Amino acid sequence: MEKILQVKDLHVSFSTYGGEVKAVRGVSFDLHEGETLAIVGESGCGKSVTSQTIMKLIPNPPGKITGGEILFKGKDLIKLKEPEMRKVRGANISMIFQDPMTALNPTLTIGDQIMEGIKQHEHLSNDQAKQVALEMLNLVGIPNPEIRLKQYPHQFSGGMRQRIVIAMALVCRPDVLIADEPTTALDVTIQAQILELFRDIQKKTGVSIILITHDLGVVAQVADRIAVMYAGRIVEIGSRREIFYSPQHPYTKGLLKSVPRLDMEKAELIPIPGTPPDLFLPPVGCAFAARCPYAMEVCDKVYPFKSQLTNQHSVDCWLQDERAQKLVSKY
Amino acid sequence: MNTYYIKRLVSMIITLWLIITGTFFLMHSVPGSPFNEERRTNEAVQKNLEAYYNLDKPLMVQYGNYLKQLVQGDLGPSIKKSSQTVNDMLGRGFPVSFELGFYTLLVAIISGIILGVIAALRHNGFIDYLAMSIAVIGISVPNFVMATLLIQQLAVNFPIFPVATWQSPKHMVLPILALATGPMAIIARLTRSSMLEVLTQDYIKTAKAKGLSPVKIVFKHALRNALLPVVTVLGSLAASILTGTFVIEKIFAIPGMGKYFVDSINNRDYPVIMGTTIFYSAILIFMLLLVDLAYGFLDPRIKLGKKEAK
Amino acid sequence: MELRKQETLNISPDIPDEWFTPKEKNIKQAETVVRPSLSYWKDSWHRLLKNKLAMAGLVFLVFLAVFAIFGPIISPHTVEKQTLLDQNLPPSGKYWFGTDDLGRDVFTRTAYGARISLFVGLMAALIDFVIGVTYGGIAGYKGGRVDNLMMRFVEILYGLPYLLVVILVMVVIGPGLTTIILALSITGWVGMARIVRGQVLQIKNYEFVLASKTFGTKTSRIIRKNLLPNTMGPIIVQMTLTIPSAIFAEAFLSFIGLGIQAPHASWGVMANDGLSTILSGYWWRLFFPTLFISLTMFAFNVLGDGLQDALDPKLRR
Repeated sequence: MEKILQVKDLHVSFSTYGGEVKAVRGVSFDLHEGETLAIVGESGCGKSVTSQTIMKLIPNPPGKITGGEILFKGKDLIKLKEPEMRKVRGANISMIFQDPMTALNPTLTIGDQIMEGIKQHEHLSNDQAKQVALEMLNLVGIPNPEIRLKQYPHQFSGGMRQRIVIAMALVCRPDVLIADEPTTALDVTIQAQILELFRDIQKKTGVSIILITHDLGVVAQVADRIAVMYAGRIVEIGSRREIFYSPQHPYTKGLLKSVPRLDMEKAELIPIPGTPPDLFLPPVGCAFAARCPYAMEVCDKVYPFKSQLTNQHSVDCWLQDERAQKLVSKY
Repeated sequence: MNTYYIKRLVSMIITLWLIITGTFFLMHSVPGSPFNEERRTNEAVQKNLEAYYNLDKPLMVQYGNYLKQLVQGDLGPSIKKSSQTVNDMLGRGFPVSFELGFYTLLVAIISGIILGVIAALRHNGFIDYLAMSIAVIGISVPNFVMATLLIQQLAVNFPIFPVATWQSPKHMVLPILALATGPMAIIARLTRSSMLEVLTQDYIKTAKAKGLSPVKIVFKHALRNALLPVVTVLGSLAASILTGTFVIEKIFAIPGMGKYFVDSINNRDYPVIMGTTIFYSAILIFMLLLVDLAYGFLDPRIKLGKKEAK
Repeated sequence: MELRKQETLNISPDIPDEWFTPKEKNIKQAETVVRPSLSYWKDSWHRLLKNKLAMAGLVFLVFLAVFAIFGPIISPHTVEKQTLLDQNLPPSGKYWFGTDDLGRDVFTRTAYGARISLFVGLMAALIDFVIGVTYGGIAGYKGGRVDNLMMRFVEILYGLPYLLVVILVMVVIGPGLTTIILALSITGWVGMARIVRGQVLQIKNYEFVLASKTFGTKTSRIIRKNLLPNTMGPIIVQMTLTIPSAIFAEAFLSFIGLGIQAPHASWGVMANDGLSTILSGYWWRLFFPTLFISLTMFAFNVLGDGLQDALDPKLRR
């Protein structure tokens, strides 16, 4: 599989009135063609910032990319000037935001909003653009597209609006689709439909998807690979099987224990105690150490090295060190 | 024609009727006859005059007569300028005042929106601070002060524009400027804050994610939504411009309604005060209706008839 | 503990072995809030202090109050005293702001005008507060038909042009300071009533209020402990914005001859008197009253803006 997108050692900071917040502190991952990569983590862990940085949509100021590379088909997006980046947005990489109720402009018809993307990137006549829009509405499963095209967002239900948002994002046939919490604002039954739609679209168009979510249930349904983020870093990344069945990082384990699962006999939910650290002053060592039941002296002092466990699975944790294994066996 | 318009029309008429009634009884509650104030007219003459103007009849009869005349579009005679009717005065004054008010509103809206949008786009930048400083000053300096300042600087010290009267476009510049700064400042501030709010909305992020150019995002996606709150204050702005015309017309000796109104106040010409008030109120009520229509036009969520919250 | 046995275990040679010992459990530490939490009012005050423009406004208003109270006392002249030999004198050691066409001292009159303006502004704000908060509070708290009826009345008043109503009332009851305040209070409170009602309606349905209701808290206590503190911000902002509009109204009325009457001094009266001097060059007669009107309005407006920013809980970060 080709690597379509490579993020290397990405750093993003926000200067705020209380100081500099280091929201993303050295994130690296690859996205392959046609796969779904899920980025999971608590709110504030930097997952949304990461996704918006890929689109270069973080407002500057206060946001600033302070280091790293984002290679799209080998081309570094960070180096692109704004007008060139605009040609990438929507055409090559597009994005879906959390709340479909607010992601659509209330004063424009949905047809207008779907078509403006394609008109921006491809020289099409109004009729041709309309044709594409109709196809898209069909693709995302909206009945009576001819009529619906002329309607305004408030005339649609939440689930329908999310379908329109997806249609809007797909209209230029992008290579990468970034979905930032696409189901969080929806009812559970609608969530399932939208996730089904994602799978269906991926099959039909071969688009690569980055799914940002805090919901492990969603991840279990659609992700091929999972990256777990904590305090601005990816602490563990691996295939869905690896993360769900042999999680290595104590944080990943904690996450998995704190969500209900049907395949576990003892369905006791254990919350992770404490709160994430303040990113004004991120800890020198592992940010999770303060909440980690296995924390060692080393964890506060040095950030753990990356341990490559399989060709897909890697984790940043001192417990992987041989000397820690002896300690762990005492528990 | 849906029920909304009918309802709207009925409530307009009721409001207007309340204003007419209120003004009528207020004006007639002033003690004494309007004729015995200054020159001591002898009693017989005064009686005659009162009879001529129906002032000797019971109040309710006078009220009935007044309403009857009003329906026919007759606002009655002036007491102080015996040869003139209120209609004559309004007929002469209104076109001038309308011109002044219309241009003022136009200048205020256009420059206010431009100033507000630029300030929002350069949020916390130098231009933002400059625009907002201008706006706060615009709000703080009363229009009559602004008028005198303009005359002193641009008509006396540097005689660029004529001092007074209403004859050519050149004569209009200073009064319109004096009258427009306040409303312009209000519009600019409102546009800025509403624009800033809109720019943080998800649909703006979506538009950016589509790769649209900043110009397109501002004009197609942001401006229309940002202007919705601005439209809602246009009604009260029109009211403030209207009352502003009183002093501006007085200062610049512009022969408009406002001047007649202030003169009629100063020499207690009750029918003129009453007629002008009613006429002003009617205009304002009509403006409020226009604002409502504009709102419905700008925001497809508002179906006139059922005002649903966003 | 089910750590999977790895075939390749890592050893980082530069990390000493003794660091691989269990850490003191200090989960509590993770929960301590880093930033000191300030109370709402303290926090707002701190933010207001940082707003230079608003502070400048506040400083000017303090100065204005001192000027209004002590100006006429320290001045060797009185407000109404006419010294016909000293007509239209420019500012000097004897007449600090010059004199007008009747030989009256402009400094004393300006200070006296400050009294009038501040008095009118503060009275308007007070009336605004008493009537508006009571009316809006009742409408919002009662809700339903009472609210509907009360707001219908407010809508009608709101539709009337404020200054036009004031002018009409002034025409009927005649000019003077009391009538100005009376006229201003007829429709002035309407804006406040609407704001308070909106706030109360909104806050009434917040969960913390519902929660205290379910605990059986008394109505008066809910109003005191929950509703008032949470509506205070917008109320204060509205009051600071009422003051300049009342001051403007007084100046406007006096300017067109309906307000304060000569020989009393008001900035509006003085501006009107001074208007005729534009051509004659007696600039001080127009300059001082208009400067003070503008600065006062400016000070109240920037203070109001500053308060609005400082008291907005959404802006608290």
